[in-house]
Amino acid sequence: MIQIFTYNNTFGGFLTVVFECYRRGAYPADIRPEARMQRNVFGEHIFIGSDPGKAERVWRGLREKISGKSRDLPFYAFLSEAEGIEMKLYRFIRRVFSEHFNVETDFGDPDVLFLNQMARKVKREAMRMMQFVRFQRAKDGLYFCGIEPQYDVIPLVINHYKKRFPGQKWIIYDLKRDYGIFYNLKEFQELTIAKKEFDTLNGALKDEVLNEEEAFYQNLWRVYFRNINIKERKNLRLQRQHMPQRFWRFLPEMQGQ
Amino acid sequence: MNGELVMKKLSLLADAAKYDVSCVSSGSKRRNTVKGLGNGVACGICHSFTQDGRCVSLLKVLMTNHCIYDCAYCINRRSNDRPRTTFTIKELVRLTINFYRRNYIEGLFLSSGVIKSPDYTMEQMIAVAKELRLGEHYNGYIHLKAIPGASAGLIREAGFYADRLSVNVEIPTEKELKRLAPQKNFKGIFNPMVQIRDGIVANKEERKKFREAPLFAPAGQSTQMIVGATPETDRQILLFSSQLYQAQKLKRVYYSGYLPVNGYDKRLPALPGPPLVRENRLYQSDWLMRFYGFQVHEILDESQPFLDLSIDPKLAYAIRNLHLYPVDVSKADYEMILRIPGVGVQSAQRIIYARRFRRLNSWHLQKIGVVLKRAKYFITCNELPPKIHGFAPDVLKKRILAENRKKGREPQNMQLSLFPVKQMILPPAH
Repeated sequence: MIQIFTYNNTFGGFLTVVFECYRRGAYPADIRPEARMQRNVFGEHIFIGSDPGKAERVWRGLREKISGKSRDLPFYAFLSEAEGIEMKLYRFIRRVFSEHFNVETDFGDPDVLFLNQMARKVKREAMRMMQFVRFQRAKDGLYFCGIEPQYDVIPLVINHYKKRFPGQKWIIYDLKRDYGIFYNLKEFQELTIAKKEFDTLNGALKDEVLNEEEAFYQNLWRVYFRNINIKERKNLRLQRQHMPQRFWRFLPEMQGQ
Repeated sequence: MNGELVMKKLSLLADAAKYDVSCVSSGSKRRNTVKGLGNGVACGICHSFTQDGRCVSLLKVLMTNHCIYDCAYCINRRSNDRPRTTFTIKELVRLTINFYRRNYIEGLFLSSGVIKSPDYTMEQMIAVAKELRLGEHYNGYIHLKAIPGASAGLIREAGFYADRLSVNVEIPTEKELKRLAPQKNFKGIFNPMVQIRDGIVANKEERKKFREAPLFAPAGQSTQMIVGATPETDRQILLFSSQLYQAQKLKRVYYSGYLPVNGYDKRLPALPGPPLVRENRLYQSDWLMRFYGFQVHEILDESQPFLDLSIDPKLAYAIRNLHLYPVDVSKADYEMILRIPGVGVQSAQRIIYARRFRRLNSWHLQKIGVVLKRAKYFITCNELPPKIHGFAPDVLKKRILAENRKKGREPQNMQLSLFPVKQMILPPAH
């Protein structure tokens, strides 16, 4: 009977599944997150709970085998949440452990190529979180930004913002996944805001909580943005290519045009 | 801070600064201090993109648009009747800090018209950088324009506050510069450039000995040339920029397609629009020199003064040198793989890695990211459609152009190339 492994949709959970497959000497027909599970009448479904110890062992082993530049490749690829990414990762991990050379650069292997491409997409999305986050200053001095990344990448950029703004409190809030990271001048906290004082569509803070200077600086920014443009060189396609339209509603400079 | 006034100033001085092409924030890894604000990110971050598709990474403004010079190509020339204004140091600092805290920008790019004297102007600009660094503990990116003719001491001081310094050459030959900007000369431009270069080299040495030695322009220096305002050939321009890269160790040379901002000046050519295609081909050649190991004489030799506007310079090189092709992707070295049209740096590296594992065929190549539509005429690999090699150069060019057109993506601004561009660009002889 074919075996289908399910896990709790975290990277740790997935690595535990990998560990269990090795331990049981099983080769799964499929690995799927529990939530997205479709029952297969012919399959035997095995749920594997996340075990940090086992996941840690697999991860350490992987990092020893994969060369420096691609060390986080499995993690980034996993974040893409692409359909069927688990089996590709699983096959890749088996190859990493069984072969004696750097499998991660074998771009002729469709799995390796796919994982690299997915990892690249995730990294690019993380880069966009560095580009298109726009903070609004609240009355209490907190800087708030609500945004909707395609993948769950906000945790990847919080160190960047901590280094950059160690002296200001900020929240970067993922509107789609309804959680955010709060930096309180010392450390990060993950939080979900129940009472939303911002527009859940574009992350704009409500007027009552907005700092009185905020509108002024947003206007200044819009004025700057309009005037730095060279009309004779208009190229809207290039603009969209670099700055995807799905981010426009979060950007003050793209409002009221 | 008077809101209305600042808004007015910002619109004027941003508008006046927009013709400076450079807007990168890369190359500096300046670290933040414990209580400070901001840092440098080596790869640079673009925070927004305007309708012209250009990146907005820095708050790019002029300190003032007053100017004592009268350069024909410049919108801010003295003889133009335009509203003039000047930022105070405090206004600029507040603008920068507040934009930066909201993550609108990576930093400040401060340029200026020349008021009173080059030295006075430079002092004002340094004061802004100094206030940001020392007064506000700001460690984000600062790009300062070195004013030609400013004294050595001031340039040095600027280097210790800025991440990048730049002196604009604007016109690639001194004769033409003299004609369009009688008050400027190459000496005034090259003195600061050489000084900055030496400062950067010396600072690198010093930092090897003392880790805490203050940084001097860690992101290097750059310059800009206007293309199409003067009759220089592409070959002249490229030779000049390759000299700048080699002798002056510049990080970047920017090419700015000439916009007829002062249409009334008869020393300048009348163009239907900025020569965008030519500018693009120049950038492509620039990339070939910096990342693909090309020499200028390989891109353009004595017999060809101008780049072919209909195809990119690498394809043009390949068509001229068909004896070097086809390249066997499973054997050729990296340098030669880079010279295949349709293969970029990333695909070339991937080919090198991937071919260790198996013989690559065209399917692999396509998946890796090679543009087979162009590359197929110049490679051999495991399997390719037959009868693809051995075309005569002009036949091959026509074929590739026809295939590109079939895709239905009209290259932008092609109305320019309907005219014999070489003659269009030339201004009247004087």
